[in-house]
Amino acid sequence: MSTGLVVVQILNGLQFGVLLFLIAAGLTLVFGVMDFINLAHGVQYMLGAYLAVAFYALTSNFFIALLLALAAALVFGLLLEFLVFRHLYDRDHLEQVIATFGIIIFLNQAVKTVWGAAPLTLPIPEIFSGSIILMPGLLYPIWRLVIIASGLAIGLLLYVLVGHTRVGMLVRAGATNARMVSALGVDIRRLFMIVFGFGTMLAAFAGAMIAPILSVEPGMGDTVLILAFVVIVIGGIGSMRGAFLAALLIGLVDTLGRSFAIDILRLVMPPSPARTVGPAIASMLIYVLMALVLYFRPSGLFPARGR
Amino acid sequence: MTQTLAASSVLPSQQTDRANALPVAIFLILALVPFGAAFGPESYVLGLFTRVMVFAVAALALDFICGYGGLVSFGHAAFVGIGAYAVGIIGAHGVTEMLVSLPVALLAGAIFAYLTGTVCLRTKSVYFIMITLAFGQMAYFIAGSLAPYGGDDGLTVRLRSTLLGFPILQNDRTFYYFVLLSLLVVYFAFRTIVYSRFGRVLRGARENATRMATLGFDVFSFQRVGYVIAGAVGGLSGFLLANATEFVSPAYMSWQRSGELIIMILLGGLGTLHGAIVGAAAYLLIEETLGGITEQWKLIFGPLLVLIVLFARGGLLGLVDRIRGRPGRG
Amino acid sequence: MHKKLALIGAIMGLSATAAGAQDKVKVGVIATLSGPPAVLGQQLRNGFQLAVKNLGGKVGGREVEVVVEDDELKPDVAVNKAKALVDRTKVDFVVGPIFSNMLIAIMKPVTDAGVILISPNAGTSNFAGKECNPNFFVTSYQNDQNHEVMGKYAQDAAMKKVFLMAPNYQAGKDAIAGFKRYFKGEIADEVYVPLGQLDYSAELTKIAAASPDGIFVFLPGGMGVNFVKQFRQAGLADKIKFLSAFTVDESTLPAQKEAALGFFGGANWAPNLDNPQNKKFVAEYEKEYNAVPATYAFQAYDAALLIDGALKLTKGNTSDKDALRAALMKANFTSLRGPFKFNTNHYPIQDFYQVKVAQRADGKFETQIDKKVFAGYSDPYAKDCPMK
Repeated sequence: MSTGLVVVQILNGLQFGVLLFLIAAGLTLVFGVMDFINLAHGVQYMLGAYLAVAFYALTSNFFIALLLALAAALVFGLLLEFLVFRHLYDRDHLEQVIATFGIIIFLNQAVKTVWGAAPLTLPIPEIFSGSIILMPGLLYPIWRLVIIASGLAIGLLLYVLVGHTRVGMLVRAGATNARMVSALGVDIRRLFMIVFGFGTMLAAFAGAMIAPILSVEPGMGDTVLILAFVVIVIGGIGSMRGAFLAALLIGLVDTLGRSFAIDILRLVMPPSPARTVGPAIASMLIYVLMALVLYFRPSGLFPARGR
Repeated sequence: MTQTLAASSVLPSQQTDRANALPVAIFLILALVPFGAAFGPESYVLGLFTRVMVFAVAALALDFICGYGGLVSFGHAAFVGIGAYAVGIIGAHGVTEMLVSLPVALLAGAIFAYLTGTVCLRTKSVYFIMITLAFGQMAYFIAGSLAPYGGDDGLTVRLRSTLLGFPILQNDRTFYYFVLLSLLVVYFAFRTIVYSRFGRVLRGARENATRMATLGFDVFSFQRVGYVIAGAVGGLSGFLLANATEFVSPAYMSWQRSGELIIMILLGGLGTLHGAIVGAAAYLLIEETLGGITEQWKLIFGPLLVLIVLFARGGLLGLVDRIRGRPGRG
Repeated sequence: MHKKLALIGAIMGLSATAAGAQDKVKVGVIATLSGPPAVLGQQLRNGFQLAVKNLGGKVGGREVEVVVEDDELKPDVAVNKAKALVDRTKVDFVVGPIFSNMLIAIMKPVTDAGVILISPNAGTSNFAGKECNPNFFVTSYQNDQNHEVMGKYAQDAAMKKVFLMAPNYQAGKDAIAGFKRYFKGEIADEVYVPLGQLDYSAELTKIAAASPDGIFVFLPGGMGVNFVKQFRQAGLADKIKFLSAFTVDESTLPAQKEAALGFFGGANWAPNLDNPQNKKFVAEYEKEYNAVPATYAFQAYDAALLIDGALKLTKGNTSDKDALRAALMKANFTSLRGPFKFNTNHYPIQDFYQVKVAQRADGKFETQIDKKVFAGYSDPYAKDCPMK
């Protein structure tokens, strides 16, 4: 393994991390602020991708499709909030888990009924379809740079919104003590509705942005959901900064594990068992990481204060 | 959080005969199923209800740590899978004796629970959910990489377990009663534990760990013993599952399966023990019936779960109580 | 509790009506119809149902009733469903499943009950060799063979260095082993990725660094879609020959589209295979289901023809199992793939092709026959099978 290769793999790891952050941002917002376990985050991500594909088929313009998909996802999210979620805010975590699990089952089947079971695709928008040369023989699509940029932008936006605006202040206050905030004359229900709607849009945005490099298929949100949870738990629930750093950490560990696990194991064991053990270890590396982090820091790397 | 849900902190003395009527009815019905099955597709009906009871055993263990101990494990399927693999691996080496495989299944579940519990129990609430998930996933990936035992494909159990060399489980009906007996034993064992001093400490720790610690209890050790018991019983469920399906697969340990077990105990009514049996039966029978009606059954099943959460607090048992006009549990 | 009793009643009621219609031949279809791989299960089911429709709803002159079950890709559910078919519906045949681990799970409950199991896709090595089963027939292939096709092709094309990649599970390891059985050149690297991997940047970097003549991948379903798109986007497609199995086919091409153009696969059939029965099948399938059929559909179609042909020989008799097995063994039907017969292990002896992704005049994508690689090819495990 040459130094150049290692550098490129580190970059790959960081970009995978940003991608994970993009997916996890909405989840940590809703989870951290509202103390609400929204397992349906994964299917909302999937819905965003499907809606973008559907609107692209109608408009043939990625950006219009993206906007329409976000709007549609928001409407759908608010409908869900109205019908289901708002009745669950003061319920037990477990009840939230089941209800949102029910939504996962429903939506996975629903997209299959509406769009069919076959995987769909969304092309990269024309103006970003180029690529740069990352190393000899390997191109790096500009779209991936766009994804990274949007991930960083979302992070910045959330940092400013939650940390430095009046709405953000109310949200944080509401998370700490909902009753107190509503006693001060703030409509906490509406506040939560806004946060939830925003979380839905973040999920849909991630789905639509990632669709051009991934397969759009029923159940695509399920693996992603678990990864996103791992991110926010390692980071410390409710901490935007923690989620961002945890996402980068996981991206790095996962990518480097997959790239170099066998090479590293070869240093300590014969090549043949290394070939068997390496991939097995690489598959579960992020879970090992999570277990280790939680063992030493039971509330994640950056536990949010007051919790 | 959990106290609103986790019900029936009632002591034995407060229990009425009516509260006992339901568990008695459940076991009575389960005991009678084979007689009804004889008039229909016997092995299918027996198979279906055997499956219900196997999952009920796992769900009971989960209800014990989750409903009474307040420890929501999202990796419970790992214990089931480990128990199943104990049967599969021992069987693959030509040993079918249950006096070997059953203790190994229980022990393997218990050891895995002890090791992971030592780590997991340091964390609380959602972190506990996620760290148990992490260990569940690790077990899943390890099972999938066991190439000599079929890897991801799983392995066939050639012969159901034997007792002292006699193939007593080969007959579906005998196997059914063997599973029923296991369920009965597990149920009464948990009932005894729950109302013992140990059980009271466990419940006390769920309500307020700090208070229990102040009272001089080593909460961590109590919880770990509870977790180990649940692990062993999960292993038992795996032993039964491997014999029921005559097949062992990493899929038995997937996180989706752990999720299903959580849903079962909530569906029945958390912290009631017999609710776990009702929940397992309801989940599997709803799945079976809806699946028979339409291929799109999940379009109905998903919203049904949502409705149950929204309108049936305390699960199906809570619903029954309310219909009877009694105050909800908890 | 009354619900439970009512349910037992309902289950029994169903069986009572079932027992009344003894004159029908019953076929249970088990396929994965939920989760991401549902598209494969749908192809299987559609292919089978299309054949039944074309046969006028009859096999061997008897009315046929088809019961479809979803295995949900959970082995214990598959076992449960298989038992339901055998014991409740009392089927004469079970056709399915898609995945090898489901096949291994349902093998015992189905064949032990004396029911004929016909696999229109999964064909594991254990059931081809030592554990071959008189009640088990395969209309697809032995799992290793499509990979062997690619290995042979790479060897014949004198490729010097090939990079191999597959998911880290049994079928993935079998795929690599199958490829290496025929390819004797240099292996640049052998990479196993976790099942369901999303982002392949790390692997693409490795591939670029190794700069092989070709890569061979086995990445079924969504994994293949992700990888093919990313492989093309990384600019590797123009320099490195793309060989694959179950990675670019009609179930994934609607999502891969142009990204997969010119990529190779190994297969026992392609939609453009030139014979009259296949042309008719493809046209009818597309009309009926608005999708190009993949191998899953054609193999299930053949499974229905196989049953029909056998029952013609037994004059509709399904109760004499020895006669039925002997009739099935004769493969009394015209396969969509042309030449077809069973080996002693009940796996097919057939031709294999290297297929290539192309865009048709109507804009749709399909694999097309590029070159015949094996003729009358049988699997190497048959010699271990005790059945003669």
